Amino acid sequence: MRQLAPQVLGALVRRYGHFDACEDAVQEALLAAATRWPAEGLPRNPRAWLTTVASRRLIDRMRSDEARRRREDAGAARTPADRWVAPGPGDTPDAAGGNGDVIGVDVGEVIGAGGPPATGAAAAAGDPAERDDTLALLFMCSHPALSPPSQLALTLRAVGGLTTAEIARAFLVPEPTMAQRISRAKHSIRAAGARFELPAPDERDARLRVVLHVLYLMFNEGYVATAGPDLQRPDLTREAVRLAREVHRLVPDDGEAAGLLALMVLTEARRPARTGPDGGLVALADQDRWLWDRAAIDEGVALITATLASTASLGPYQLQAAIAAVHDEAARADDTDWPQIKALYGLLERVSPNPVVTLNRAVATAMVDGPQAGIDLLATLDDDARVAGHHRLAAVRAHLLEMAGDHDGARAGYRAAARLTTSLPEQRYLLARAARLAPADEEAPPEGLDK
Amino acid sequence: MKYMLLIYGNEELWQSFPEEEFAKVIQETDALHEELRESGEFVGAWGVADQVQAKCVRLVDGVPAVTDGPYIEAKEYLGSFDIVDCDSLERALEIATRVPFARIGTVEVRPLMHEAAPEV
Repeated sequence: MRQLAPQVLGALVRRYGHFDACEDAVQEALLAAATRWPAEGLPRNPRAWLTTVASRRLIDRMRSDEARRRREDAGAARTPADRWVAPGPGDTPDAAGGNGDVIGVDVGEVIGAGGPPATGAAAAAGDPAERDDTLALLFMCSHPALSPPSQLALTLRAVGGLTTAEIARAFLVPEPTMAQRISRAKHSIRAAGARFELPAPDERDARLRVVLHVLYLMFNEGYVATAGPDLQRPDLTREAVRLAREVHRLVPDDGEAAGLLALMVLTEARRPARTGPDGGLVALADQDRWLWDRAAIDEGVALITATLASTASLGPYQLQAAIAAVHDEAARADDTDWPQIKALYGLLERVSPNPVVTLNRAVATAMVDGPQAGIDLLATLDDDARVAGHHRLAAVRAHLLEMAGDHDGARAGYRAAARLTTSLPEQRYLLARAARLAPADEEAPPEGLDK
Repeated sequence: MKYMLLIYGNEELWQSFPEEEFAKVIQETDALHEELRESGEFVGAWGVADQVQAKCVRLVDGVPAVTDGPYIEAKEYLGSFDIVDCDSLERALEIATRVPFARIGTVEVRPLMHEAAPEV
């Protein structure tokens, strides 16, 4: 059902304009479907059902708005209805006149008949209009006028088809707070004069980068370490993979869209091994690689290999996917091709200079040239305000000190990093690393970590 | 990112407010909460009852022991707390400066731990 959300929304917005109101109407239709479909059975044409119900809600609202401000509303519809996917009996496509015909449509009859003939089926996957609609929605939800959390929330609702309640649960905020965040986001894009269309060719690339970044944030937000699925909390990671797959399908020639999908698939492939039986994080080097998802790795490796062979511009997602692929292809941690990873981080640092990349390059450098070389590289970050005092710098330094045999320094570093992080699983992991290095008489390692 | 704003003070400070000033502070607090609701940053706000109502619980050899009074006798103690979900520490600090009690007491800002874990 949720895959249909952007298609239904796109159809409505193209017909009536008013992204804001259409988005609310689609949300209401999805909620109605969630309660009625399980009881009444799946309609013959779910998409037409949703479109009909959403338009009825929208029309109800437009009618009450019209009563309030009749004249302003006269020009509500912008687009002729030639793309209307599910015309019902008596459905006059001319909403622009505001003559009441549309309002009078008996959509109930349509629904009662088990949905209209599947005229909408032709507009399913592959249709250029549907493709453009979903893309235009993604661009709209990632509008530069919005903050990243608002972009995320709106994308999840308008493109992902999640309900406000689900999104609120995913971000652990009260539902009214999330509702308000979404409503403000929609208000901001309207105020910014956003239009429901694909960005001009000269802006399109930059706007697509933002869309990809939103999906990247969504993936990371959902990348939780807690053991076992939380049925109440939607899986943002899987949602991000689904949407990244969709974006890759829509812009197959974009190397970064392919790279992002590959990165997600290759990272997600390791998920079963990332947490131990006690729910704690397991470092890449210590993971049981038999638990990795072989099929996902094959898919990701094939995708990134094909992308790198044909890419027009090498971007950060492609490089990160390539690094993930090198890790995933090593049957044992000791088999990891570190010189290759070091070279890739060097490239990544050139393409997108950023201290977090340098941190990772320091680890690769230590694996290739010895711990001291990595520690020396880290020293170059001490004056960088972006990471100085950040837990990642302390954690990586501790790791390299441990490699160098300086257990006291490493233990102090892990503990310092544990105090600086706000991630509970990471804090537990860092404290366990510190405990593992503790002299036996000072502190016994917690159970399960000393095997 | 979620932050907890802990509003500290004591009876003496709170009673140092003239009555009409106190009413204004309550109004301002409500207005701030409403503003945070509208901006989609509000998670919750609670006042805690006076410390004469505080109880402390310990297990002594497995037996619960309940005593009266706050855990630590301090000059300033927790009066209320807000939880906000906002984009940055800077924004959380900005919200904290808008808490009317910041004019007489102290607002402590603490990031809340979360469950998301980066790759290790």
